[in-house]
Amino acid sequence: MRRALPFIAGAALVALPFVYHAPYPLHILVMILIWSFAYTSWSMMGRFGLVSLGHGGFMGIGAYVTALLWNHAGVSPWIGIPLALVASGVLAVVVAYPCFRFRIIGHYFALVTLALSGIVLQVITATRDWTGGSLGYTPERYQGGSLLYALQFTSKATWYLIALGVWAAGLYVWRLVDRSMMRYALEAISEDEDGAAATGVHVTAEKLKITVLSAVMTALAGALYCQYQMFISPDTVSGIAISLQMVFAVVVGGIYVSLGPTVGAVITIMLAEVLRISFGTRAVGWDNLVYGVLLVIFIIFLPKGILGSLLDLKRPRAAATLTRSPARSA
Amino acid sequence: MAFFDIYLLEALINGILLGGVFALLSLGLNLIFGVIDVVWICYAELIMLGMYGMYFVYSVYHAPFAVAAVTCIAGVAVLGVILHVLVIAPLLGAAPINQLLATGGVLFFLQSAATVMFGIEFKNLGLRLPVLKAAGMFISYARLLAFAAALVGMVLVYLFLSRTYTGAAIRAIAQDRQIMTLMGVDTRRIYLITSALGGALAGLAACLLVLLYDVHPFVGLSFGPIIFLICVLGGLGNLAGGFVAAFVFAEIISLGGLYLDLEWGYVFAFVFFIVMMCLRPEGLLPRRS
Repeated sequence: MRRALPFIAGAALVALPFVYHAPYPLHILVMILIWSFAYTSWSMMGRFGLVSLGHGGFMGIGAYVTALLWNHAGVSPWIGIPLALVASGVLAVVVAYPCFRFRIIGHYFALVTLALSGIVLQVITATRDWTGGSLGYTPERYQGGSLLYALQFTSKATWYLIALGVWAAGLYVWRLVDRSMMRYALEAISEDEDGAAATGVHVTAEKLKITVLSAVMTALAGALYCQYQMFISPDTVSGIAISLQMVFAVVVGGIYVSLGPTVGAVITIMLAEVLRISFGTRAVGWDNLVYGVLLVIFIIFLPKGILGSLLDLKRPRAAATLTRSPARSA
Repeated sequence: MAFFDIYLLEALINGILLGGVFALLSLGLNLIFGVIDVVWICYAELIMLGMYGMYFVYSVYHAPFAVAAVTCIAGVAVLGVILHVLVIAPLLGAAPINQLLATGGVLFFLQSAATVMFGIEFKNLGLRLPVLKAAGMFISYARLLAFAAALVGMVLVYLFLSRTYTGAAIRAIAQDRQIMTLMGVDTRRIYLITSALGGALAGLAACLLVLLYDVHPFVGLSFGPIIFLICVLGGLGNLAGGFVAAFVFAEIISLGGLYLDLEWGYVFAFVFFIVMMCLRPEGLLPRRS
């Protein structure tokens, strides 16, 4: 029964849009799935103590490179997205390699990547002739021919299925990493870099691999967001606020479990929507107010997040082996 | 090309003055960085609240500027203490990154608290200091004032740290936090004093910044990242290094703004930061240990 559970849940999720297709709930679900995927991508490296505040930058690159190639060069997103992913991966190597090589770790690493977020945000704003600056940018609607070529769909159900597929793929990648030797290498590194190196772990290479993977996945989330929303602005897909939002959602959901980031996305997005619906424009600011307080409380009292702590409650014996992880660094 | 030279000179001088503003902004953060070894990522938001404080005391309740400034400095100092007691103290033993993230939560909280309480309209004191015209150049008087305040602030902090008993204890704790308890220094008291001092410096920065910029709930994001980078670039807790880094950053931004756009100035500054982190991870002026 336990083994069948993911398949039953998966089948139910796939069947959902065929049974129920009110646009608003589907829209919320698509947003939850896209952001869940972005948060999962962040926690791919975040769970190993590599706290990056630069993921807003990678997401912005995914969104803007795809949209710019489409509008200015007429390149289909089917080619544009892979190019955006490559661009994001290259940027990750350029910034992360020197960091890892020169052992910039912990909060220094967070601050270097914070600068990266800042760079991407400022470049997008500065090249306003191309990107529309802080006013935002819209990929042109494709006139005629197949919409598949332009990766633009008006049906929410189609987007739901795409987002679901990408999200599931993200969880699969998480599982692959979780079961690989890389995971043990990275856990060793996050405990003690010298010790890991002494036992034959190539510290720089392992960290670089997971960083590039995480950056590329985040860029894919950005590109998906852009294709779905058909509007991007520096503040919604890049910058320091987005980077912090990722960290926040993951910490609340649970950083060490595969569904933690998803739980974080569900909580944050539902919270914002509930506040928006029940209080309307008076709710401006209230969602972030609650986030802020929650983030502080979670870091102090529940560093493993909601899902992580719930799982520990359920399996007290397994918890004993897991409790070492949060002490490392969340 | 004579004209060009004057623009360049003006940009250089404005860069120095902007450096003064940055130096003032990063002074308190640097102190906290150095002594408590915690990154208050919400430091810029404390300054933002201080700016609102100035706005309300000066423009709404019509108190004289000096009274408003003192109220604001004291108020932000109290905020600093509250922040330390509520958020930092329970996390002193946790990983540094957890402390950074918790203060990130405070950042969200303060920003949205300001949105909820004050609205998102831009507010200013309605007080515009004259612009100094000298030899065909325009120099902001308010920046000059901030520059002077940064210098005075740094000298005062330096004197406090080097000439008083408490200052000596603060410096000692920055060097070794375990041993000081054995030497009969109450670490918690020193942390509280440092937090209050850091807050007061944020308040001082707010008093002068409110002359330069309009205040709105997100004003912190426009200079927050820069001041962290300045502190790191200067070498954490190294006040003189932070001072130098502030001027280097400001010149890069000012010259980038002269030749291209202001945004490119920021891009160059950030790139410079990343490059320097790799070349000199200890900061521009490494501390002798």
